[in-house]
Amino acid sequence: MYAYVGRRVLGTLPVILVIALVIFLILHLSGGDPAAIIAGDHATDEDIKAIRDKLGLDRPLAEQFLTWLWNVVQGDFGISIFNRVPVGTLILQRVEPTLMLTLTVIVFSIILALPMGIAAAWYAGTWIDRALMALAVLSFSLPVFVIGYGLVYAFSLQVPILPVQGYRSLADGIGPFARHMVLPTISLGLVYTALLARMTRSSFLEVLSQDYIRSARAKGMASFQLITIHALKNASVPIVTTIGSGIAVLIGGVVVTESVFAIPGIGRLTVDALLRSDFPVIQGVILVFSFFYVILNLAIDLLYTVLDPRIRY
Amino acid sequence: MSEPLLAIDNLRTEFHSDDGSVAAVQHLSLALAPGETLGIVGESGCGKSVTALSIMRLLPRNAGITQGRICIDGRDLSTLTEAEMRKVRGNEIGMIFQEPMTSLNPVLTIGRQLAEATMLHRGWSRREADKRALEMLNLVRIPDAERRLKEYPHQLSGGMRQRVMIAIALSCEPRVLIADEPTTALDVTIQAQILSLISELQRKLGTAVLLITHDLGVVAQTCSRVIVMYAGRKVEEATTVDLFANPLHPYTRGLLGSVPHLSNGTVPMDARLTEIPGIVPAPGQIVQGCAFASRCTLATDRCRAEEPPLVEHTPGHFAACWAVAA
Repeated sequence: MYAYVGRRVLGTLPVILVIALVIFLILHLSGGDPAAIIAGDHATDEDIKAIRDKLGLDRPLAEQFLTWLWNVVQGDFGISIFNRVPVGTLILQRVEPTLMLTLTVIVFSIILALPMGIAAAWYAGTWIDRALMALAVLSFSLPVFVIGYGLVYAFSLQVPILPVQGYRSLADGIGPFARHMVLPTISLGLVYTALLARMTRSSFLEVLSQDYIRSARAKGMASFQLITIHALKNASVPIVTTIGSGIAVLIGGVVVTESVFAIPGIGRLTVDALLRSDFPVIQGVILVFSFFYVILNLAIDLLYTVLDPRIRY
Repeated sequence: MSEPLLAIDNLRTEFHSDDGSVAAVQHLSLALAPGETLGIVGESGCGKSVTALSIMRLLPRNAGITQGRICIDGRDLSTLTEAEMRKVRGNEIGMIFQEPMTSLNPVLTIGRQLAEATMLHRGWSRREADKRALEMLNLVRIPDAERRLKEYPHQLSGGMRQRVMIAIALSCEPRVLIADEPTTALDVTIQAQILSLISELQRKLGTAVLLITHDLGVVAQTCSRVIVMYAGRKVEEATTVDLFANPLHPYTRGLLGSVPHLSNGTVPMDARLTEIPGIVPAPGQIVQGCAFASRCTLATDRCRAEEPPLVEHTPGHFAACWAVAA
């Protein structure tokens, strides 16, 4: 078991290395002189030369990459061109809202999607199934910003019970935190819920037709136990996979959601950095997102072995 | 025969689709006495398994019993609520299935799946149920039972898994065991072991067994009485000895003729196996007269026009065939 975990962890290293290489090359693949891009439209030749010297942009690409990588490993993502603050510090300042939003969305979606998907599979072909799946398609088709602004219009302007925008840290108390999280969580969570509900339904449909479900019924097992004990664990591998790969969808949505609700998270940081061509920040943010994604999927791979005893690598 | 434990009276089970309803079983009656072993034989699709699922009320959602009664101890199962029916399943009637490879839940331990039955029906704690589980594994002669309890189904062979299924089905000491093709998916040597295990446990526990199979050899080895089914109907019923010695229905004779015989321990070189020409009528195909007529060498115009009734030809030996009646 430990050997297996060790192998899987080592296995992610090449992936992370390739990601790092691609992220590093963004600056060089964007066309033109990186120094000129960094310097911006109104820079003089001296400015550009100064940047080139300072960042070592005249050195061979391989050497630049290794230097950059070495710095990243040490936690040094470079310095923001816009406000001269280390990228690591910028990300740390912004990480809490994004992390919290992602977490609330995942919890919200799982709580909603599992019962929806299970009910749809249990009543497959009936109006319950059709209604739930129509709801899922609808919420999957609506863009995050449409849902977001719609909710703000309804619950902040027409019936002003929730704040229009902004973020309160959990440190300020659970009440204000929750009030500010409700609308962003629903806006971003509906897409993810729809995705999960559909996957839960199809996974359950397959499991419910299996022989061992019939055996459990023949034992005299009631529906609730059948679902929670016999079916859920069997259906969970595809569901957990979707939870993991769905995070990729979430990350895209986080950027939009944070803009709609003016949440000072990494999403906002990314948008601002992109608008300002703040390359070190863009690279740092993408690197952090990618790293998070790789780690999460590693955790899910490890979770498989707990969920299904047949899976041993 | 003593008072039947399980009695089926004129059962009709239909499958519904958008194109209408199809009867998978019709006019089926049978009686199973306490401690008896009754075989149901027939080709695939003749309604054997649907009969078993009808008894358990585990039919797929698009199927249902439209006629007849199924009684256990005189209690009509169709009048029970779903909650009451759950107390019958696994407790009064145990069931084992054809596919031991897929009939156990792959993500739960053997011990857990064994313990469930007694925890469910007897309200036992996990500890008591585990003790019983160990006892049952020893009863079905699984070596190293203590270790097996902690293992998962994929760590066991097919024969072992079927033994586990039997242990689960019998752990609440049901009075009826329905075995639906219990040996079909197993190697021949394992088949014999499983059958003798079922017979032995039956004697030990006094369980009545309804054994569903397509294999006449299995019937000969285990059953005291046999029902032959064809296209959802009962075409012959007799004691096993009587059926093998004096098969009445042409279909039964065809079945017996398609099994190789060993006389004096050798197979005669010139002995040819006979086969039954044609195939079972497709479900839903409207059959005038006897369903077997199209494949029967003795068929007359009457067979193709009128359905033959089930007639008792000698005491306890029934057959539904015009040719026999004549």
